[in-house]
Amino acid sequence: MKEKQTFEEDIKNLQKIVDDLASGKLTLGESLKKYEEGVKLAQGLSVVLNEAQRKVELLMKKEGKFSLEDFEDKDSKE
Amino acid sequence: MERNSPDLFLSEDQKSRHIYSVSEITRDIQVILENTFHGLWVEGEVSNFKAHSSGHFYFSLKDKDAVLAAAMFSRANKDIKFKIEDGLKAVCFGKINVYSPRGQYQLIVEKMEPQGIGAQQLALEQLKKKLAKEGLFDPGRKRPLTLMPFSVGIVTSGSGAAVRDILQILKRGASCVDVILRSVRVQGESAAQEIAEGINDFNKFKKVDAIIVSRGGGSIEDLWAFNEEAVVRAIAASEIPVVSAVGHQINLTLADLAADIFVETPTAAAKIMVDKKNTLLADIDSFKHEMEFSVQELFASLNNRLATLRHSLKSPWDRLSEKAQLVDELSAALKNNMVNYLKLIKERASAYIQRLEALSPLAVLSRGYSLSMLMPETGIIKNAARLKKGDKIKTVLEKGSFLSTVEEVIKDERETDI
Repeated sequence: MKEKQTFEEDIKNLQKIVDDLASGKLTLGESLKKYEEGVKLAQGLSVVLNEAQRKVELLMKKEGKFSLEDFEDKDSKE
Repeated sequence: MERNSPDLFLSEDQKSRHIYSVSEITRDIQVILENTFHGLWVEGEVSNFKAHSSGHFYFSLKDKDAVLAAAMFSRANKDIKFKIEDGLKAVCFGKINVYSPRGQYQLIVEKMEPQGIGAQQLALEQLKKKLAKEGLFDPGRKRPLTLMPFSVGIVTSGSGAAVRDILQILKRGASCVDVILRSVRVQGESAAQEIAEGINDFNKFKKVDAIIVSRGGGSIEDLWAFNEEAVVRAIAASEIPVVSAVGHQINLTLADLAADIFVETPTAAAKIMVDKKNTLLADIDSFKHEMEFSVQELFASLNNRLATLRHSLKSPWDRLSEKAQLVDELSAALKNNMVNYLKLIKERASAYIQRLEALSPLAVLSRGYSLSMLMPETGIIKNAARLKKGDKIKTVLEKGSFLSTVEEVIKDERETDI
């Protein structure tokens, strides 16, 4: 998932936006643009963390080659 | 033999056969063992130690090749000063006893003396020292987990309780985390090799942010694989951060020491991920608030500046009419004051005039009185004694006056005096 790969970068960007906004050195236009950008980032990050889908797979190895199989996750299915 | 019925068909072999009942042979063994082995000392390593609620101790004594069951009854163990636990090497004094219902023999321990640490424990200490010397347990080697491990590899038994616990916790608390399981044996001969291979395979496979090496709780023997060199080296060599989660109560395993993070249960390993997720969500939330606050602050300060500017931008005309209004107000007040002042003056003046009028001699004359003055006009005559016959006097009336000459002076005639 793309958002997961860029998660750390997105968090860093968000932190920078927060710091920039707090510095008080931005114009109103710049501030509003950054604010919008920051809110979008924050929402995206929350969505990724709150995601309800997860995969449970089994790592198999045959003749040195890896493959993934579904893992029958009986107990936590309920 | 007398006991056998004389059977002609029995062979010589069969004729000499003595058949024991289980009880008989057990009793015979008991007699032999108990008479032979009493008041003896046995050296071994304590294993599978259990303190029963009755106060009796049950355990095994073992060495490299054999195991001997042992029991130490409460009467014998109540004065023991040291703690008996698995791995303890000890010398025990007692006797062999045969427990017929189970057909088992055991050492009834009367006295126990510790003998330093057991051989297995000693081997462990030696391995620990060696690996520590190589720096495998250095705190400086520990790497932190990624900000959020979205993909976690687990090396454990696919049918064990550990994987179930981890999946449960993750599902409930951090369902954003994908799990890849590498199922291995966690107990027995090949366990250490399989665990080590699992860790290495995840490093080749990549695609996971963290590896959890795990097993549910068990005895020191059950967890032994996590003390083996192969596992410890695989953990230390892993480029992916490793969380060791081996259920144990007493001692740390060497796997714990080598891992980047260690926790005491599989559940706790999963909770690390859940905590990370919750912390991040809270962080993101406070980021949102900080941004809102900054923007609100900016608006407030802009508003302030706007108000200041608006004031200093007032047109000269506005300011002139402001002043004109002030002048109007002041002059109105002034006018008001003047009118009042004049009125006051006027009132006071007329009061003076009235008083003056009342005091004027002319007012007296108008009521029929007159004034007389000695000529040549030396002042008003108030006392007749000052006059003499022949003085000329001038008398003033309301209208006109006349001159006359004194004929006679009359003193003290109050009735006629003015």
